[in-house]
Amino acid sequence: MTKSEKIKVRWGFIIFFTPVFLWLFLLIVLPQIELLRMSFLGTDFHGKSGFTLENYGSFFTEPIYWLTFARTALYSILVTFIVLIIALPVAFYITKLAKIKYQGFLMVLILIPFWVNELIRIYGWIILLRESGVINYFLLKLHILKHPLEMMYHDATMILGLVYTSMLFMIVPIIGVMESLDDALIEAANDLGAGKVAVWRKIIIPYCMPGIMSGSIIVFMLVLGSFLTPKLLGGKNAMWFTEQIYNSIIIYFNWNQGAAFGFLLLFLSSLIIFIVLKLTKQELSKVIK
Amino acid sequence: MEIALSIKNVSKNFGNFTAVSNVTFDVEDGKFFSILGPSGSGKTTLLRMIAGFYKPSNGVIEIRGMDMAGVEPNKRPVNLVFQNLALFPMMNVYENIAFGLKRRGERGKEVKKKVESMLERVGLPGFGNRKVNQLSGGQKQRVAIARCLVLEPTALLLDEPLGSLDFKLREHMKVELKKLQAKVGTTFVYITHDQSEAMVMSDHVAVMHSGYFEQLDTPQNLYNKPVSAFVAQFVGDNNKFIVRLRKDEHGRFFAVTDEGHEFKLDRPYDLESSNLFEMYVRPEAIIINPKESTGGINLLDVEVKSILFDGGNSRILVIPSGSGREIIVSLPQNRKYDNLQEKDKLKIGWYPSAAVCFKGAGGKVYDEI
Amino acid sequence: MIRTLPNSKAYTTGFKVFIVLYFVFLFAPLVVTMVLAFNNSMFPALPWQGFTWDWFFGKGPDKIGIFHDAINLRSIYTSFRVAAGVTILSTVVGTMAAFLFEQEEFRFKKLLYFLMLAPMVIPGVILGISILMFSTAVGLFFENTFGWNMDMFSPGIGLVIFGQFSFITTIVTLLISARLKKFDRTLEEAAYNLGANRLEVIWFITLNYLRPAIIGAAIVAFLMSFENFNTTLFLVGSNATLPINLYLQVRDGSTPVINAIAFLLIVTTSCIAVVNLYSGSRNKT
Repeated sequence: MTKSEKIKVRWGFIIFFTPVFLWLFLLIVLPQIELLRMSFLGTDFHGKSGFTLENYGSFFTEPIYWLTFARTALYSILVTFIVLIIALPVAFYITKLAKIKYQGFLMVLILIPFWVNELIRIYGWIILLRESGVINYFLLKLHILKHPLEMMYHDATMILGLVYTSMLFMIVPIIGVMESLDDALIEAANDLGAGKVAVWRKIIIPYCMPGIMSGSIIVFMLVLGSFLTPKLLGGKNAMWFTEQIYNSIIIYFNWNQGAAFGFLLLFLSSLIIFIVLKLTKQELSKVIK
Repeated sequence: MEIALSIKNVSKNFGNFTAVSNVTFDVEDGKFFSILGPSGSGKTTLLRMIAGFYKPSNGVIEIRGMDMAGVEPNKRPVNLVFQNLALFPMMNVYENIAFGLKRRGERGKEVKKKVESMLERVGLPGFGNRKVNQLSGGQKQRVAIARCLVLEPTALLLDEPLGSLDFKLREHMKVELKKLQAKVGTTFVYITHDQSEAMVMSDHVAVMHSGYFEQLDTPQNLYNKPVSAFVAQFVGDNNKFIVRLRKDEHGRFFAVTDEGHEFKLDRPYDLESSNLFEMYVRPEAIIINPKESTGGINLLDVEVKSILFDGGNSRILVIPSGSGREIIVSLPQNRKYDNLQEKDKLKIGWYPSAAVCFKGAGGKVYDEI
Repeated sequence: MIRTLPNSKAYTTGFKVFIVLYFVFLFAPLVVTMVLAFNNSMFPALPWQGFTWDWFFGKGPDKIGIFHDAINLRSIYTSFRVAAGVTILSTVVGTMAAFLFEQEEFRFKKLLYFLMLAPMVIPGVILGISILMFSTAVGLFFENTFGWNMDMFSPGIGLVIFGQFSFITTIVTLLISARLKKFDRTLEEAAYNLGANRLEVIWFITLNYLRPAIIGAAIVAFLMSFENFNTTLFLVGSNATLPINLYLQVRDGSTPVINAIAFLLIVTTSCIAVVNLYSGSRNKT
């Protein structure tokens, strides 16, 4: 390479590199470091701030904090599982059973609700489910119920909402891999004497594993970090961990506590994803695609 | 004749691997020059060095006497027709052909005139507004060539452009390409692994193998006078015999097979280091049931193993009595042997001048070709 | 089992019922919300009191339609400004990132790529608070060292744009990279060979090829910004974006004007989505 050429090549690189680096450094790396730093700061009796483990300590000593944390984690796993159970047959129907000419239309139909604002979707459920809601109205009209039933503010309602809002992120990756599953494989298995259950267990699910994994990780992430759905549909005295963070920062104005909670949430999500990826021997970059 | 392209001692290494090793050749202006070799022989690397996409590790590339070292591919007076053609799918035919002209800063009527006359020359008048994906394989080919020729390059480089076409179209395009080259008079440097493409179209062919030029010659000489076992096997079909050479007291040379058959040879060989040789005889040089009286012919009793009917290209597979090796023999086109059956006994023969021997490469076979 | 195999009647009907139920589940809340936008009632609930356009065009005093609702209109305008800013920024930087990761080679590329993916794994709430804390710290630093009081570091539209930009750019990058990966680089070589320089190659060949992906990614960026809540929540100042504003109204109870807004949002986003999906599938070939 000649000298002038080397300089030319570097210019192209610098033009691409600089904005990307600034983005990631200023908006991702430094804020996360600041979050970590804040989580170790506290004010002592004299009003002087300094290093402390207090913020993390209170997490373990106050049951309300770690109970919320555990509840959030367990419910996130449960929601992910429910979403998977519903998404598999839906994806299967669209890719393998629906008439080819309807396939594109069904895909669009599945995608549309998810382009709509999350808040509007939750609002729709509120209108349906609340005491004065549409479902109660019809149940009363049909004399199935005598008194309206409060269907809001239960954990079940919250789970319904979370399943609803995160459905798409499971269906799309699964449809992606299922489309590439050659029908001949299912035909061959069938020809060799496999029943439906065996075909699902031995052919379809193993083949769709990459899609299932990436869908599960994305859904888990979204549910774990969701705020609106638990807040609006969930019970008043059983909180989601993100609400805990919100309260610390916005209501109690205890940023150090909030930072510690934020970091714990980040740690939990990274840890679970890391474990799942290790167990299934996949790579993050591949899963995200 | 002026020299369009001159390659002097050019080598290219990728790490420890030597893709091109000390290659030297000149291409005269207006000639059709082919580089023929199996995949991995380094021919694409060589072409990309000429185009400027790779820098040679050693040696000099001159185009019209100008050293190309340090000249970027977009400034070189050669253009490349890519293996996959690389037509720009987001542009129509006209824009594809005008692309290079516009990059030179040419604008307006001149561009239009050049593009249209180029389309005419490649036999696609009025195709300017077509989308690239509306063209047939052969038409795409011609657009890709037109796109380069409109820039009036010193040499047009072609990287196996017929590889992706089906058989019939490829046969047709061979002739078309040869005619086009004769018409425009531009120097063509063509690389291919298909010996028939190289033979039909070229004025000169270089046979390349593991980075070296094995032989650079006219197609006729490559076929009739191969200089190495590789060329003998790679260019056209050949029957190979592993033989030991023997020289009698009169200075005549004989080839002896393991089975004990002995064949006369018509030229001397160097027997000093080893007498293990490979002997090659072309299928069409073998005569079926030659007249016994013909003097000097090598004779062999064989049995027909199978008949490979392929129209004008029909051949038979025969086995010498008492041997397992197969010999391919071309059938003459006079339908004299239409009634030939498997297991028929025949006599075959060839003149000593039809056989050529090379020092044994330890029985190395280039079957993967 | 599948189309090409003989299936029992019960199997196909069972599956069909399941799919119909799924779509009912999917669309019920949306349809109900849209229908109630036209109910002539003060509450977003049944019984049906007759058809009205009031929740769109009503001038008050008791029924103020969305087109005369100053607060909601203002929040929509704010959301548009934010979304426009985020779309432009993230599309430009995302395109550059796609080029950087697909076409350039450099040390620590893997590390940087991993960092680029990080916003997908960091919950939006945490992105929000970390950026809030960092920008507050920077603001404090400028104030204490230079005595400058800089508004851009306190919650407001600017910070919301940067907060959303920080993770939407990752999605834009992935969308554009996906198409750039399929790009046949011999096209660039061919253009180069025909005399184009690096800039002309990128402009005429690569960007031209990427155009559908860039437009699609811009639309996705716009919609994602328009509906973002979690990150925005912590960065928003006095100018609420539409989702923040809607959240307050939903939480505290409101008139069916929300249904009217929802109706408009659902119709518009569906149209954009359909157009985007169809043009996207057409451009794939």
